[in-house]
Amino acid sequence: MFEWDSVSTCSFFFFDCLINYNRFSEGMDSIMKDLNSPHSMGTTIIGVTYDGGVILGADSRTSTGLYVANRASDKITQLTDNVYLCRSGSAADSQLVSDYVRHFLHQHTIQLGQPATVKVAANLIRLLSYNNKNMLQAGLIVGGWDKYEGGKIYGVPLGGTIVEQPFAIGGSGSTYLYGFFDQEWKNGMTKDEAEKLVVKAVSLAIARDGASGGVVRTVIINSEGVTRNFYPGDTLPLWHEELPPQNSLLDILSSSSSSAEPMVS
Amino acid sequence: MSNPLILYLCLRMVSGVMVMDSLLSPEGDSQRTQYPYVTGTSVIGIKYKDGILMAADMGGSYGSTIRYKSVERLKQVGKHSLLGASGEISDFQEILKYLDELILHDNMWDDGNSLGPKEVHNYLTRVMYNRRNKFDPLWNSLVIGGVKNGQKYLGSVSMIGVHFEDDHVATGFGNHLARPILREEWKEDLSFEEGVKLLEKCMRNLLYRDRSAVNKLQIAKITEEGLTISQPYSLKTFWNFAAFQNPTVGAEGSW
Repeated sequence: MFEWDSVSTCSFFFFDCLINYNRFSEGMDSIMKDLNSPHSMGTTIIGVTYDGGVILGADSRTSTGLYVANRASDKITQLTDNVYLCRSGSAADSQLVSDYVRHFLHQHTIQLGQPATVKVAANLIRLLSYNNKNMLQAGLIVGGWDKYEGGKIYGVPLGGTIVEQPFAIGGSGSTYLYGFFDQEWKNGMTKDEAEKLVVKAVSLAIARDGASGGVVRTVIINSEGVTRNFYPGDTLPLWHEELPPQNSLLDILSSSSSSAEPMVS
Repeated sequence: MSNPLILYLCLRMVSGVMVMDSLLSPEGDSQRTQYPYVTGTSVIGIKYKDGILMAADMGGSYGSTIRYKSVERLKQVGKHSLLGASGEISDFQEILKYLDELILHDNMWDDGNSLGPKEVHNYLTRVMYNRRNKFDPLWNSLVIGGVKNGQKYLGSVSMIGVHFEDDHVATGFGNHLARPILREEWKEDLSFEEGVKLLEKCMRNLLYRDRSAVNKLQIAKITEEGLTISQPYSLKTFWNFAAFQNPTVGAEGSW
């Protein structure tokens, strides 16, 4: 803190501040902009069908501007016992849409007397997304299993279009995955093949998309039920220009003390 | 003013209050033009001997990304009509719901009458124009065609309610690329084969020159007997021209 022994010092400092105000405020402004930016899930979300069910996958990064507000968020939210939702876009908007739809589906399940179908869940998501298209910014992927149609994936992008697909990708990280899926997607994969594909895809997107990161979460839904899996960064494969993580430089130095020269001048 | 930080924060608070006002004011009213997100490109329709032929590709673009490649943009409406749409796909899906309700109520009269393409065209025109008047358009260009009681009908409606009928219509890029071909080569009473070849000529041209076109299309035919929409298929394209092999050989650096 500053010490004030005379009024003249105060006023001099005050004057000095005003001159430097512009540069000072630029720094503060970008921080304030980050803290006041809407929470957005620059994200990677994926949903794939396989022979017997669906696999939903997502990264775990929620950002406000350039700051990572939550590095371990869960973007795969439950709508019913058998239908889950991958959320991307504005965190607030997608959370509210999923809360409303969960509420409506709960009522619908009571009235129907049996589990809701994936198609109904997806169409409720579409209704909210379409009718509020001017206010919402949410790209959603609905996936689940019901006894009539089996495993189904529905994409509901911005604007409220509903598209049934064998697999769907969304979020900012998905731009890096179009080519990958064009090449790697096959119909009728097994559960393990499909999950490996989802984890590989999310981790590739995390490698290149600044807005995606953290861990890879997957949810497997089939006739037997729902399984959640968690893949922290150290279990994921390394891609181009990525190095194996170390505890410290000191370990590298000590391990290669006799052989190569790690500290090159 | 003992601390420059407090000075800064005081000034921020004053301007902050003004920021809050604009956040709370009605930004989110639906009485304004929206932006299209997932869009379909051209639809072409022609009259032929037995009825109407319509063609559209199966692409759903998201800006410059070709995001969806299996979107059906040709749909049946009631017994006598075929609707093709370009523009925002979510609005097209909503229009199909409106038409479902229209046809349902028409059937419920159970009077042996059914809405034909002319009536559906008029209904859609009213819907599109009234939405435009509220500054909340359905962001589509529609082609409606069909046959009822031997009368062939082919019409078009735009997102602002401009509507007309003609022997051949197209939306979007089709207006610029397909209609000149149709003006030259369309004639009264084309056979089915001639009609399909003509549409394919137009669609191939669109494939070369429309950035949002996708090489997967459907052609639909509607006659007095009924409607069929073909399975999705792709067209061959031709790149083997001498002029394409070495285009800059006479002028290096050109294109």
